[in-house]
Amino acid sequence: MTSQFKIATFYLYRMRQSWTTYLKELLEIVHYFYFAPAYHLILEGILILWIIRLLFSKTYKLHETYKLTEKEKEDLIEEWQPDPLVPPVSKDHPSLSYDVVTGHKITINGKECINFASFNFLGLLDNERVKQKALASLKKYGVGTCGPRGFYGTFDVHLELESRLAKFMKTEEAIIYSYGFATIASAIPAYSKRGDIIFVDEAACFSIQKGLQASRSFIKYFKHNDMEDLERMLKEQELEDQKNPRKARVTRKFIVVEGLYINTADICPLPELVTLKYKYKVRIFLEESMSFGVLGEHGRGVTEHFGVNIDDIDLISANMENAVASIGGFCCGRSFVIDHQRLSGQGYCFSASLPPMLAAAAIEALNIMEEDPEIFTVLRGKCKHVHKALQGIPGLKLVGVQSAPALHLQLERSSGSRDSDMQLLRTIVEYCLERRVALTLARYLEKEERFLPSPSIRVVVTVEQTEEDVHNAVSCIQEAASAVLK
Amino acid sequence: MSLHVPSMGWRPVQGVPCLRPMSAGIGSSNQNVTHNSSLYKKPFEESFEETPLLVAVLTYMGYGILTIFGYLRDFLRHWSIEKCQVAREKEEQKDFVPLYQDFENFYTRNLYMRIRDNWNRPICSVPGAKMDLVESVSHDFNWTFEHTGRVVKDVINMGSYNYLGFAENNGACADAAIEATEKYGVGVASSRCEMGNLDIHEELERLVARFLGVESSMAFGMGFATNSMNIPALTGKGCLILSDELNHASLVLGARLAGSTIRVFKHNNMQSLEKLLRDAIAHGQPRTHRPWKKILIVVEGIYSMEGSIVRLPEVVALKKRYKAYLYLDEAHSIGALGPNGRGVVDYFGLDPKDVDIMMGTFTKSFGAAGGYIGGKKELIDYLRCHSHSALYAISMSPPVAQQIISSMKSIMGEDGTTLGADRLRQLSENTTYFRRKLREMGFIIYGNDDSPVVPMMLYMPAKIGAFGREMLKRNIGTVVVGFPATPIIESRARFCVSAAHTREMLDTALEATDEVGDLLQLKYSRREQPLPSLGWMAEESLLQD
Repeated sequence: MTSQFKIATFYLYRMRQSWTTYLKELLEIVHYFYFAPAYHLILEGILILWIIRLLFSKTYKLHETYKLTEKEKEDLIEEWQPDPLVPPVSKDHPSLSYDVVTGHKITINGKECINFASFNFLGLLDNERVKQKALASLKKYGVGTCGPRGFYGTFDVHLELESRLAKFMKTEEAIIYSYGFATIASAIPAYSKRGDIIFVDEAACFSIQKGLQASRSFIKYFKHNDMEDLERMLKEQELEDQKNPRKARVTRKFIVVEGLYINTADICPLPELVTLKYKYKVRIFLEESMSFGVLGEHGRGVTEHFGVNIDDIDLISANMENAVASIGGFCCGRSFVIDHQRLSGQGYCFSASLPPMLAAAAIEALNIMEEDPEIFTVLRGKCKHVHKALQGIPGLKLVGVQSAPALHLQLERSSGSRDSDMQLLRTIVEYCLERRVALTLARYLEKEERFLPSPSIRVVVTVEQTEEDVHNAVSCIQEAASAVLK
Repeated sequence: MSLHVPSMGWRPVQGVPCLRPMSAGIGSSNQNVTHNSSLYKKPFEESFEETPLLVAVLTYMGYGILTIFGYLRDFLRHWSIEKCQVAREKEEQKDFVPLYQDFENFYTRNLYMRIRDNWNRPICSVPGAKMDLVESVSHDFNWTFEHTGRVVKDVINMGSYNYLGFAENNGACADAAIEATEKYGVGVASSRCEMGNLDIHEELERLVARFLGVESSMAFGMGFATNSMNIPALTGKGCLILSDELNHASLVLGARLAGSTIRVFKHNNMQSLEKLLRDAIAHGQPRTHRPWKKILIVVEGIYSMEGSIVRLPEVVALKKRYKAYLYLDEAHSIGALGPNGRGVVDYFGLDPKDVDIMMGTFTKSFGAAGGYIGGKKELIDYLRCHSHSALYAISMSPPVAQQIISSMKSIMGEDGTTLGADRLRQLSENTTYFRRKLREMGFIIYGNDDSPVVPMMLYMPAKIGAFGREMLKRNIGTVVVGFPATPIIESRARFCVSAAHTREMLDTALEATDEVGDLLQLKYSRREQPLPSLGWMAEESLLQD
């Protein structure tokens, strides 16, 4: 029996042996060491030292490679050439040749047109009552508020608008923001933090995308309006949660959807979403900028459209820039949820409040909507009419549902490149502009969109457009399409 | 290439490096030092008097007691001994993951709620030199407020950012805004790139460019969003953002959305900035060690919580030497500083071309809303096609744009009157007077002598509420701020001086402050009072001690 084997057995048996045998064994070990050959001991000694060295030394030396002398630093600083602040923009970039639009009878480059481009669904942009209320407010409060809500930037008008919005939407509370884009973009990160999970529809608009980014949560995109795909993801997450219940107990989960998608002009399947919400215990945030003041018998949006109890939606956000035709946005829901934004909504706390005259205009718009819900029926009729009329234009494909007031016309067959598609569509838009029909291309930041929508012409329906206007516009588009898309 | 600024060549930090008391506040330097006086045309006086030790200890104790009571109250609420007023989650969702973690709202529930009446006070008039407040009372210790229907008339407004007094409901600006409303309405309902580009926007942008002395400019509908939506268009992955530690939330958000690396330098501390710049260029990006694509320095003109003015001449020198780009946020300084009201660049007599991105807001001095970015034509052209705001956000409301045009023209003297110039002079006089008086009374006043934002230190949490209420009793509206807007022990009151304040109003406000200061023992300053006749000379001599 060699000495090594003896040592090994000693360690194996050590635990079982009593204290005395332990001592005895130890003596035996010493004994073996004593009689072991010298070369063996030296070899083992070297091996032990080697292991210690390996344990305590780093694989590479950081300091030697990192320490730069002042001279070297100076040279590097001299050498460094930054990129230009911004890359050059080609002169013919479409954004630079802005159309100059004056007033709301839409005069584009001196030509009066019928507006099929502004999101002025209810025709309130040019409404005399709204203007008068705004003027009265201007004469009382001036224009600006000169402060954020916390610091003398809260006006009685703001409080009135908030309670009116809450009443209109039949929710406990509403909170207003001074900029539509900032509303949902501030609301999402107020609740969802690092480590939380957000399930979001692929077609979600850009301000939602920015809110998601600011929240630093895990983002999971499900296929547009595909509830099976969403449920698959929720199930996956449920399994994941079962594996790690401690983490799951503090991981908040949200579904973020749009009521009426601006990018695809279709409606989210809200009842199914609510079922999934309770099944998988996920909260729903609903962005209604396109559907507020459009869908539903009283214009309350997609909840009313489907008859879903509004309390089942955790947060609804919308801007007051489309149907309401003022500026700003709001969130509404239960006080438990909404009130949190008063200290945590960045765009609310750190921004100057909404100019009172714009709030007053929004209140008057709500008055009009409440007094005459008929307006929504009219809008629905027009939407249906336009939707039908735009069907079957050769070469163009209509995207959107019947009740959507902002539709997209896409090319039936792409020409191969995005740029040339855009060019084709732009030619159609310009052709129509010549004939006094104001349309616009839907514009996107191509590099920043998560899922870039196909190029399209936006067609916006408003209650002001007469049957003749629609007829004109449709025949214009038809002519243009047949001329351009051969 | 030779050094642009030999005096700023790199050397180990010597002398008095700490420019403002850090959150600990104790033992740091007493006075800001102009260490590159050659770059400044006039003395750069900025002071952040050290927190007295006793005050610091008492303040921490105050928070300690509040926290203990907070836990006690939470305990009582948990066992339903005390009625819980917090809105509750609805029954069906009780088994969801809680929307808020318990500690998240501890501060709100137990500290903020006690003094909540000092914020969000609704006003019902122009936010001018005097304003009317909606009287509101709380019968349940600030959990809910009830409006009595009465109005507190003619409260002297020391809280609004109405530096030049353009918050008005009559006069030339208001008339023009009325006209614009009649012509365009209030909304636009489309983005700049689609169908929301009005001629009034283009007029505004040309004027802003002229006002700033830059090639081109672009206006946006919200000041906050101007930062948060444009920084991402300028920098991205592989870029470095060097940001002042006290930068506004919108800048921080913008930098975060940009996806660039962010490094923070000490407030207005040029050594800290230079060190970061040198290290960044020498070492390149972390892990990949590629050189940075570009470096963007982000600073503000006037820091609204400190009342300090950015050391722009030094920042510009650094930026030139290290080939970085400079983003200057003039939210508070545009209109409020400089002989021509053109902000901090004008104040230091620098060339606007030295600042790559001139950003500012229209909310404050112009009495409107929104923000702008000015700079080289290439920059603005790029933003017109790549700014998030240009493509996705509704453009600026026409009457708001008109208000800016009128007030800006007035500042430039293009309305054919000297009204604008008078306002600028008045603001600067008021600022000097107000700051001097407060200092003489023995308060600790932060910031630059020329800054119309005047923070006055309160320190203790109980005094935040007490000061706000006592001042309101005397018909003066002030802003009080505490944690988290300031470091925990540096709670303060903030006065915003306006050109619209008359000497009488300022005197009334000062008298009240003096009285409340005695009542609440706020006169913490241990500094020898400079003789009024000596002005800044006396402070200079303090420095040499």
